[in-house]
Amino acid sequence: MAEELTWKDLEVGNIITEAGNASFRKTGDWRTERPILDKEKCIKCALCWIYCPDAAIKPSEEGYYEADPYYCKGCGICASVCPAGAITMIAEEEK
Amino acid sequence: MSTRVALEASHAVAEAVRMADVDVTAAYPITPQTHIPERLAEMVANGELTAAYIPVESEHSALSTCLGSSAMGARTFTATAGQGLELMHEVVYVASSMRYPVVMAVCNRALSAPLSVWGDHSDAMAVRDTGWIQVFCQNGQEAFDLTLWAFRVGEDSKVLFPVMVHLDGFTLSHVTEPVILPEQSEVDRFLPRFQYPFALNPDKPTTHGAFGPPEIYSETKLSQEVAFRNSKEVILRGWKEFGDIFGRSYHPVEEYKTENAETLLLTMGAYTETAKIVIDERRDKGEAIGLISLRLWRPFPFEEFRRTVKGAQLIIVFDRCISFGLGGPVFSEIRSALYDEESRPKVVGIIGGLGGRDMSEENFDYVIDRGREIAEKGSDRMIETVGIR
Repeated sequence: MAEELTWKDLEVGNIITEAGNASFRKTGDWRTERPILDKEKCIKCALCWIYCPDAAIKPSEEGYYEADPYYCKGCGICASVCPAGAITMIAEEEK
Repeated sequence: MSTRVALEASHAVAEAVRMADVDVTAAYPITPQTHIPERLAEMVANGELTAAYIPVESEHSALSTCLGSSAMGARTFTATAGQGLELMHEVVYVASSMRYPVVMAVCNRALSAPLSVWGDHSDAMAVRDTGWIQVFCQNGQEAFDLTLWAFRVGEDSKVLFPVMVHLDGFTLSHVTEPVILPEQSEVDRFLPRFQYPFALNPDKPTTHGAFGPPEIYSETKLSQEVAFRNSKEVILRGWKEFGDIFGRSYHPVEEYKTENAETLLLTMGAYTETAKIVIDERRDKGEAIGLISLRLWRPFPFEEFRRTVKGAQLIIVFDRCISFGLGGPVFSEIRSALYDEESRPKVVGIIGGLGGRDMSEENFDYVIDRGREIAEKGSDRMIETVGIR
């Protein structure tokens, strides 16, 4: 994790030698809203999965599409494109 | 066998770039740098140099292009001056932070406004803090030598920093002088092929220029500063090797008649040669005066500088730039470099030679006389200048 690296640990020019390592980083920690999926309404069309700009939505074994809070930044595009109105954005502090 | 030829200093730079066998050059023409890219374009068109000559629409693009080619491991050169260096400013900082060893010649030019295409050091001082290795040339031979040396040092795997070679606009860039050109075999011995250890490669993908949030940005800057300061070892070794092969020696602080000198005049760049004439005359009259010229401007050669001026009573710093509200930037750095010394010379600063204003021998006589006067009696002026009405 970046917090633990000291200046001595950095590559020349801060090059990242391990391609694709962003998947190890918790990039969803500045979210202010999160998407909530209503499975009753979901038609499993996968539009949210297609539109998610961060590839944070993944298909589940039952065929639903749900956002992974580890990466989801709460942009709300999924809720906006959902043709069935199955995704609602709620404030992060709401339960 | 080396050959001695008459060359314009700009063409001497281009010749060094040709002999360094660069892979890529991208530059946007701007007075007084124009003759460098023009000559390079000619060399590429004539087949004298096998390189990609990439025409671009601005200096910002010129240096950006150079960063891309350097990231691929290509030996890369560009040149600019004055406003051009200002326009590429943000990329100047990126080049050093991403550790791309681009070599750039800067034909020092005053900054607008008013518009001036003529020389001073304002452009160099504006990029003082950007993390490039920076050297100043006094004549055409040095412009050739230091351009060649710049590739050797910047590309060293222990360095990997870009290098800026400053040559005064017009008073050096456009002057034709005798220049000794070495044999290609000697150049090849001095300058092995560049192998950038982190070159972009689709078979081994890496990320260059990633985002640096507050958790890591400070660490990146400390690591850059430590590596930059440590580059001095290679800088010195590069000059040693250069001397061994080509027989001409360079030092971070160049000295001229400094033995037992009580007063030292400090200059940078081409006017050093005019100042030397004045030093000669005064030495002939028995004055204990000498001259020092900062060859290496970044990383600042603290150790060599302090050693050189030890024993002197007065340093008179001649600046070709005003840092508004502060004074001469070189003067203020010189004074600061000596602050912790137990015994140190007085340091006074005089500014002149702005925007192409000629500095004559008489002007340097004034600098010395007035410098001594200030050291003795202090100055009652807001700022000390020479040759300004």
